[in-house]
Amino acid sequence: MIREISTQEIIKVVRDLGIEANYNLGDDVLLAFTRALEKEDSTAAREVMKELIENARIAREEKAPICQDCGLAVVFIEIGQDMHIIGGDLKEAINEGVRQGYRGGYLRKSACHPITRKNTGDNTPAIIHMQIVPGDKMRIIFAPKGGGSENMSRVDMLSPAAGIEGVKDFVVKRVKESGSNPCPPTIVGIGVGGTFERSAILAKKALLRNIGVRNPDPELAEIEEEILARINRLGIGPMGYGGNSTSLDVFLEIEPCHIASLPVAVNIQCHAARHKEAVI
Amino acid sequence: MAKQIRLTTPLSTEDVENLNIGDKVLLNGVLLTGRDAAHKRLFELIREGKELPVDIKGQVIYYVGPTPAKPGKPIGSAGPTTSYRMDPYSPKLIELGLKGMIGKGNRSQTVIEAMKRFKAVYFGATGGAGALLAKRIKKAEIVAYPDLGPEAIRILEAEDFPVIVINDTKGNDLYQEGIKRYAKG
Repeated sequence: MIREISTQEIIKVVRDLGIEANYNLGDDVLLAFTRALEKEDSTAAREVMKELIENARIAREEKAPICQDCGLAVVFIEIGQDMHIIGGDLKEAINEGVRQGYRGGYLRKSACHPITRKNTGDNTPAIIHMQIVPGDKMRIIFAPKGGGSENMSRVDMLSPAAGIEGVKDFVVKRVKESGSNPCPPTIVGIGVGGTFERSAILAKKALLRNIGVRNPDPELAEIEEEILARINRLGIGPMGYGGNSTSLDVFLEIEPCHIASLPVAVNIQCHAARHKEAVI
Repeated sequence: MAKQIRLTTPLSTEDVENLNIGDKVLLNGVLLTGRDAAHKRLFELIREGKELPVDIKGQVIYYVGPTPAKPGKPIGSAGPTTSYRMDPYSPKLIELGLKGMIGKGNRSQTVIEAMKRFKAVYFGATGGAGALLAKRIKKAEIVAYPDLGPEAIRILEAEDFPVIVINDTKGNDLYQEGIKRYAKG
């Protein structure tokens, strides 16, 4: 018997995840805020960290968006190959969930036509990344992504000769040049390998990890720690006011690439690192 | 040494000249709001020599596009947006008497020069602290360009709205000073 999941259920799950992600900051991020506060000594940097902790508490208690930029709706969806979707178009169901969540949750709609700049009015279309996986379940991850930090993200095609040191330099330089713009303390997602577009998706996926969770490969874990240490020596600090916490964590994901290429993508995430998931 | 200062808008030249980078300021009174789209329209009116829909003399503009207000609340979450997008328009507004801007992120050298020459300051509010900052806004009213939605020009009534001085009237920049103080190696 093939397991069936209805689009009605998918709509409801997407709607709730969108609202939940915008109101409730993860405990991992809150813990990282407290640790960052302990590392700062200037009035301005400490003030920022205290405000961020208080802001997350207010948002949670009053069911208010953490940030006014409720992001574009980035949705990762893993579809078990042994299940069957009934009741209509999956993509439309995801968009309907986004529509209902952003309207019902009083979230800001930030999606617009790229040239006329006319707002689409309901924050659709969602940015959907679909993947077919083994099993008969569906995993939905909702990661609203703000514009300020996304604007500071970059992809580059390095020469293989640049090697891992070239990758590290590229990432640190990007964070340095971004300065105060992406709302530090940030989280840095890095995708290395694949093709041009794959590296960017890897970087975005890396941001779905919880703060403090290292890449299971010990060599990659070490690179993550080294890049984080280098970033936190830049001195940018909370909101760029100067300090020791420029990034809260660095996540690296890799994939094989062409023998002639070394694609590297840096996806910068502001401190409002929002992502919620559900399995149905 | 950074101080904590309470100020009420409109601000005088003397008010802003007393501020130094790193000072914490609690702003009270009226704040205007505007983002890229509203700035563009104001700029066009100035170029055509027409009157602006709001008087900007002595005023402070907050770069914000809030979330929709829930029933019974004056405004939704309301943190600052990145300021560099307003850089092409700010020097002219400063020349016309604007005394303060609230946002986040670096300003261009031209804006910093205008602040020095015409005596204005740039304040930073904590980006992403939209829920907290909304609680310091007691009233909000759209006064121009309602068609811009979250980007419309609003008049806000602020109560102890917390900001930090990033650029003062002497040409100092907290972002540069902060990095100088904390960068290692």
